[in-house]
Amino acid sequence: MKGALKPEAAAELIGEGASLLVGGFMAVGSPERLIDAIVARGTKNLTIIANDTAMPGRGIGKLISAGLVRHVIASHIGLNPETQAKMIAGELTCELVPQGTLVERIRAGGVGLGGVLTPTGLGTEVEQGKPTIELDGKRWLIETPITADFALLGAWQADYVGNLSYMLTAQNFNPIMALAGRTVIAEPESIVPVGVIAPDAVRTPGVLVDHLLIRAS
Amino acid sequence: MDAKERVARRVAREIRPGTLVNLGIGLPSMVANYVPASLGVFFQAENGVIGLGARPPEGMEDRHLTDAGGGFVTAVPGAAAIDSAMSFGLIRGGHLDMTVLGGLQVDAQGRLANWKVPGKMVPGMGGAMDLVTGAARVIVAMQHAAKGQSKIVPRCTLPVTAERRVNLIVTDLAVIEPTDDGLVLKERAPGVTIAEIVDATEAILIVPESVPEMDLAGGMP
Repeated sequence: MKGALKPEAAAELIGEGASLLVGGFMAVGSPERLIDAIVARGTKNLTIIANDTAMPGRGIGKLISAGLVRHVIASHIGLNPETQAKMIAGELTCELVPQGTLVERIRAGGVGLGGVLTPTGLGTEVEQGKPTIELDGKRWLIETPITADFALLGAWQADYVGNLSYMLTAQNFNPIMALAGRTVIAEPESIVPVGVIAPDAVRTPGVLVDHLLIRAS
Repeated sequence: MDAKERVARRVAREIRPGTLVNLGIGLPSMVANYVPASLGVFFQAENGVIGLGARPPEGMEDRHLTDAGGGFVTAVPGAAAIDSAMSFGLIRGGHLDMTVLGGLQVDAQGRLANWKVPGKMVPGMGGAMDLVTGAARVIVAMQHAAKGQSKIVPRCTLPVTAERRVNLIVTDLAVIEPTDDGLVLKERAPGVTIAEIVDATEAILIVPESVPEMDLAGGMP
């Protein structure tokens, strides 16, 4: 862990066209201050990989509204009418992925696996254009791993070496995405001395985290 | 009792003690209202909690504890907070005893379509494809018809959610079980005749000699 950055400094690391894994489920557990800083900087042509695009005015919804997103990989965009409108208008493209497949593709990317064999999506539109394999008489869909330039995480507590803990349903995709971003930036709600997060309570080891966001003023 | 309450009460009868159950958003989430705490059922919200509880008291909501629709919830004693890989590992891995989902169409083969209306509505499948693929039992809870159109059709015209046959369809008019032979009419809503159900159903129904009325008492006992 390299240290704590101001949101503006963290946003400067992210260049145009970057791919971002963004934690959160309907913005619960999303790094809101980091997203605000990206919106303020106006970094364009982003690829967003996340469970959903939240709703206008919250979490990833703010990146969508600002017109900064070129491509979305998500399981659900139904609660953000702007994502659908921009998709229909051709301003962004969207790959819809079953939620359980999405999280495992990200995990595969993060843990060095070559892909995922899943029954989910067989016999549906999701199968179209993808290879399948038969093993021991059972058919599986082959899904490819996902990694990204950055993983932007929302956490509950961080300590000085970057260990992270999460709160209830704000956990969601965050600990998985921590493995799959080439640079990992975490926005904790508080930063506490080493030891306050007991080793057994650490959900993301600090060795995965490159930068923390400094406390909210 | 309105149509949705009837469906929710009937689905609640299917829930067995001590099981893990996932309820979809909308009508399916109403099922929890008719399942007594004494059954010891754990409800899963796929965004990351086992042991989902009712809405918290006004002003006591916490933004770190929501259901898959983003609504504020509570957690019951014994609850566990989990990440998305664990959540879908439970679902896909056969650890989830039952899921109750809404539907746009179910066809004669028992296949469900509930995630896309091409050209009109593309919300995404969210967790639905994993739930229908992986849950031990899949129950579709929906209105029998929408805008005068039967939602139980010979063959889905909308993109299907999975190739798997669902276990039971519960509507405001009937309980229907998809089988190898086709859709079997199991129960009818109070005051609804078999002829009315057959009329309101585009797919062919197999009608046994006896079709009892639905039991709307809610969850066991």
